[in-house]
Amino acid sequence: MAEKGAGVAPGDRCAIGISFGNSYSSIACTIDDSPVVIANEDGDRQIPTLLSYVDGEEYTGNQAKALLVRNPKNTVVAFKDFLGQDFKSIDPTHCHAASHPEDKNGSICFTIQDKPEGEASTVTVSEISTRYLRRLVQSASDYIGKTVTSAVVAVPTNFGEKQREALIKAAQEADLEVLQLINEPIASVLAYDARPEATLEDKIIVVADLGGTRSDVAVVASRGGLYTLLATAHDYEYAGAQLDKVLMDHFAKEFMKKNANVDPRENARSLAKLKAESEATKKALSIGTNANFSVESLAEGIDFQMTINRLRYETIARKVFEGFNRLVEGVIKKARLDVLDIDEVILSGGTSHTPRIASNLRSIFPATTTVLAPSTSPSALNPSELQARGAALQASLIQEYESEDIDQSTHPAVTTVKHISNAIGVLTLSEDGETFTPVIAPETAVPARRTIHVDAPKEGGTGAQAQGERVEGG
Amino acid sequence: MATATTVSRALPSLPSDWSAEKDFKPVGSITASTQRTIEPVGPHFLAHARRARHKRTFSEDDRIQAQERAQKIEKDEESEESEPEDPMMLQREAKDWKSQDHYQVLGLSKYRWKATEDQIKRAHRKKVLKHHPDKKAAQGSTEDDNFFKCIQKATEVLLDPVKRRQFDSVDEKADVDPPTKKEAAKGNYYKLWSRVFKSEARFSKQQPVPLFGDEKSTKEEVDGFYNFWYNFDSWRSFEYLDEDVPDDNENRDQKRHMERKNANARKKKKAEDNTRLRKMLDECSTGDERIKRFRQEANAAKNKKKFEKEAAEKKAKEEARLKKEAEEKAAKEAEEKAKTDREASKKAKEAAKNALKKNKRVLRGSVKDANYFAGGDASPAQIDAVLNDVELVQGKIDADEVAALASKLNGLTVADEIKGVWSSEVKRLVDAGKLKEGEAKNLA
Repeated sequence: MAEKGAGVAPGDRCAIGISFGNSYSSIACTIDDSPVVIANEDGDRQIPTLLSYVDGEEYTGNQAKALLVRNPKNTVVAFKDFLGQDFKSIDPTHCHAASHPEDKNGSICFTIQDKPEGEASTVTVSEISTRYLRRLVQSASDYIGKTVTSAVVAVPTNFGEKQREALIKAAQEADLEVLQLINEPIASVLAYDARPEATLEDKIIVVADLGGTRSDVAVVASRGGLYTLLATAHDYEYAGAQLDKVLMDHFAKEFMKKNANVDPRENARSLAKLKAESEATKKALSIGTNANFSVESLAEGIDFQMTINRLRYETIARKVFEGFNRLVEGVIKKARLDVLDIDEVILSGGTSHTPRIASNLRSIFPATTTVLAPSTSPSALNPSELQARGAALQASLIQEYESEDIDQSTHPAVTTVKHISNAIGVLTLSEDGETFTPVIAPETAVPARRTIHVDAPKEGGTGAQAQGERVEGG
Repeated sequence: MATATTVSRALPSLPSDWSAEKDFKPVGSITASTQRTIEPVGPHFLAHARRARHKRTFSEDDRIQAQERAQKIEKDEESEESEPEDPMMLQREAKDWKSQDHYQVLGLSKYRWKATEDQIKRAHRKKVLKHHPDKKAAQGSTEDDNFFKCIQKATEVLLDPVKRRQFDSVDEKADVDPPTKKEAAKGNYYKLWSRVFKSEARFSKQQPVPLFGDEKSTKEEVDGFYNFWYNFDSWRSFEYLDEDVPDDNENRDQKRHMERKNANARKKKKAEDNTRLRKMLDECSTGDERIKRFRQEANAAKNKKKFEKEAAEKKAKEEARLKKEAEEKAAKEAEEKAKTDREASKKAKEAAKNALKKNKRVLRGSVKDANYFAGGDASPAQIDAVLNDVELVQGKIDADEVAALASKLNGLTVADEIKGVWSSEVKRLVDAGKLKEGEAKNLA
C-alpha cells in the first residue's frame, strides 16, 4: 500500500487540478472537458492555506483564518514556500503573527499543540503540507463523489528541484499521486486557451501572477499551442500583503487620531483583527467604490468603524501599484522585447482583482494588447481560479496515460527543442514595393507548420499556396 | 496549425525562368536557432510529444491519428458483431422461456452477468430488427413469432434488475468449475483458482472482493482472503427454479402447499450452495502452498520461542539451586561461628569469675596481711568488722575495679601501705557516692 500514491492505474484515476499557493489554494476538476472550480465544505473556492488546531481539532481555510486572532500560536500560515527549503533560505515574515518556523536538523518545523492534551508537538513543514493537501483532496472527493487519487499541481516557475521533490513526497503521504507539476503562468494561459471561443494563434503573453505574499511575472510565447517561457521575474516586495499593510497603517492612524496613545499595531491581537479586516476591506474595494472598515473592540475595548473610498485607497497604495508596473516592464525588458510586442496580458492571482492594477497595466501597453482582468475585460475569467482551472485541464488531458508515459513525454529530450530566433516569411507586394510577410513568428519551436494563403503573382498561374514545413530550423 | 491565414497582398512577380515546384528562391538566410524548453502542458504539447517520441512529421502524425480514430469507430462496430445463432435455439418454443439462456438469445453469451444495461438494450434492438415477425411475414415465411417472443422474454428478464439477479443466480454457464487436483498440480494453481473465485465473487453483497493473489501474497492478504470467503455474504437466491404456483382461482390449499414447497426448495438449494462453496474453499485451502508456508514459518517461530523459554527455565532453575546452596553454606558457617563464640564467651566468663574470686582473695588477704589494722592481735570482733567492710566495698565495686584494687594491693605487706590503699579506695567510693560517709570506717 505504500506504493499507492505512486502508481495508480489510468483506469482507476480520478484527477483534479490544484493550485497550491502560499496564501490561498484552489482545487478544480473537469466536467465534460470544461474546468469547474470546487468549493470546499465552507463554500469557499479560494481556500486560505492555513492549518489551525484547537483542542486537537484541525481547522483549515477560512475557519482557520478566523482563528488567527484568538489562536495564533497553533496556526500555521504561508508554509508552502518553505517546502524543500533550508532554514537559512526562508523568509519567515508572513509567519510573524502565527506559529513561527523553527530549525530542526536543517528541516523546517512548527511547534503546535495539535493534540487535545499533552505536550505541543513539532511538525515538519512537509507534514503540515500533507495534512493540508489531505483536506483539499477530501473536499474535492466530497464534491466529485469519488476518491480523488491524482492531481496536477501548479507551482511557481522558480520552484527548485528539491522543492518539487518535497511537494511530490508531501502529496504522496496524503495518498495523492502527482501526475505532473506545471508552471503557474502556463496553467493560467491554458485556462484561457481552453475556452471554447478561443482561437489558436501565435502570440506573446505576459502573465502577471499577483499573489498574497509574492508576485511572479512571466513572458510566454504561445506558438501553435506550444508554450515557451521567455523570461520570468519574482518579487516578494510588491504583493497583496503590502496592500494590506498600507490599509492597516491607514486605519491605525485614523484610529489613533480619535484615541491618542492607543496604537492597535502594538498589541498582537489588535494587529490580527486589523489585518483581517483590512484584507476584507481591500477585497470590498475591488468590487465597490466604497468599503466599510469596522472592528469591534479593535484595541483596549474601543470599537472602530470608518468608510474608505477607492480613490483614497488608490492614493495611499500608489507606491505598491507602481511597483507592479515596474515589475511587468522589467520582465519584458528581460525577455529583450518591447511592450509593443506583447499581444496579451493575463492577470492572475487574488491581487489582480484590484481595478487600479489592471488599468495601470492597460496604460503601459498599446491599445492592441488585450489585458485580461475582471475590470478591463468583461469576458475575463476569475483571476484567482486560473491556475486551478489550467491544472485541472492538464489533469484531464493526461490522466489516461501511464505515469511512465507522462515521465517520458515530459523528459528534457522531448521538451528541449530548437526555437527559431527570427521570423521566417515571404516577400509580398505592397504599395511601397516588396514587404516581408512573416509566416512563422520568432521563438517558434521547430519543426513547425504554418499555412498561409497569398494571392498569386500577376503573371503566373491561377493561385499558389506557400506552405512551409521545416524539420530543421538551422 | 492547420488553419490557413490569408494575406491580401500578392506575391511579387516571378522571374521568367521559374520552374514551378523545384525552384526555391531564398531572399535571406535563417538566423541560428536557440535551444529553449517548451512547457509540457496543453493538448498541442501532447501532439508534439507524440511526434517527437515516435519521430513522425506533422503529416504522418495527422494520418496516424486519423487512422486511429477511424479504427476506434470500426472496433466499436466490431464489438457489436453478433455471435452466430444456434439453429436449435431459433427453434425454441416461447413457452419454455424458463429453460432458455437469455444471454444466448440476445447474443451476449460472452458477457453474461457482466453485460451492461446499454449492451442489453442494443442487443435487443438488433435482434428485433432481425427477427421481427412482420419482416418474416413480408419475406413470405409463415407466421412464426416463437423466437421473437423468446427475445422479448429475455429482454424482460434481463432489463429487470430483480429478475436478472434471479436468473444470474442460477446461470450455470457463467460458473467456472474449480480445477481438479490433477489440473491444479499441473497448471498454474493461483491462476486457475483465482478464475474460480472471480466468477463466484459476482454473488458477493460486499464489493470489491479481495483477490486470490499469487505466491507472493503476504500472510495478511491470504488470511483476509480466506476470512472473507469463509464469511461469504451472498445474494444468490433460487426463486428462478421455483415450480409454477397455480392461479388463486384454483385450489387455495394447493397453492399454499406449492408456495411452501418452493420456499423449502429454495432454502435447501441455498444451503447446498453454501456447502458447495465451503467445500470448494476447503479444497482450495488444503492445496494452498502459501498457507503451508505460513504455518511452517509460524511453527519455526513458535519452536524458537519454546526453545528459548525452556532454556530460560533451565537457567533459572540452575540459578535457584546455586543460590540455595550458597544460602545453606552461609547458614552453616554462621551456626558454627555462633557456637565457637558461645564457648569462648563461656570460657571468658569463667576466667573472669576465677579472676574475681582470686582478686577477692587478694583483698581479703591484704587485710589479713595488715593484721586487720589492729595494733596487736586482732580481736575476732575487729576481724569481723574489717572483713565485713571488705565485703561491703567488694559488693559496691565491679570486677574491673576489684582487679585494679587487687593489683594495687598485691605485693604490699606493710600494714600502713595496705591501709592507705584501702582508705583511698573507700574515699573514692564515698566521693563517687557509692558509699555513705561513715560506712566501712574500719578501712578508712
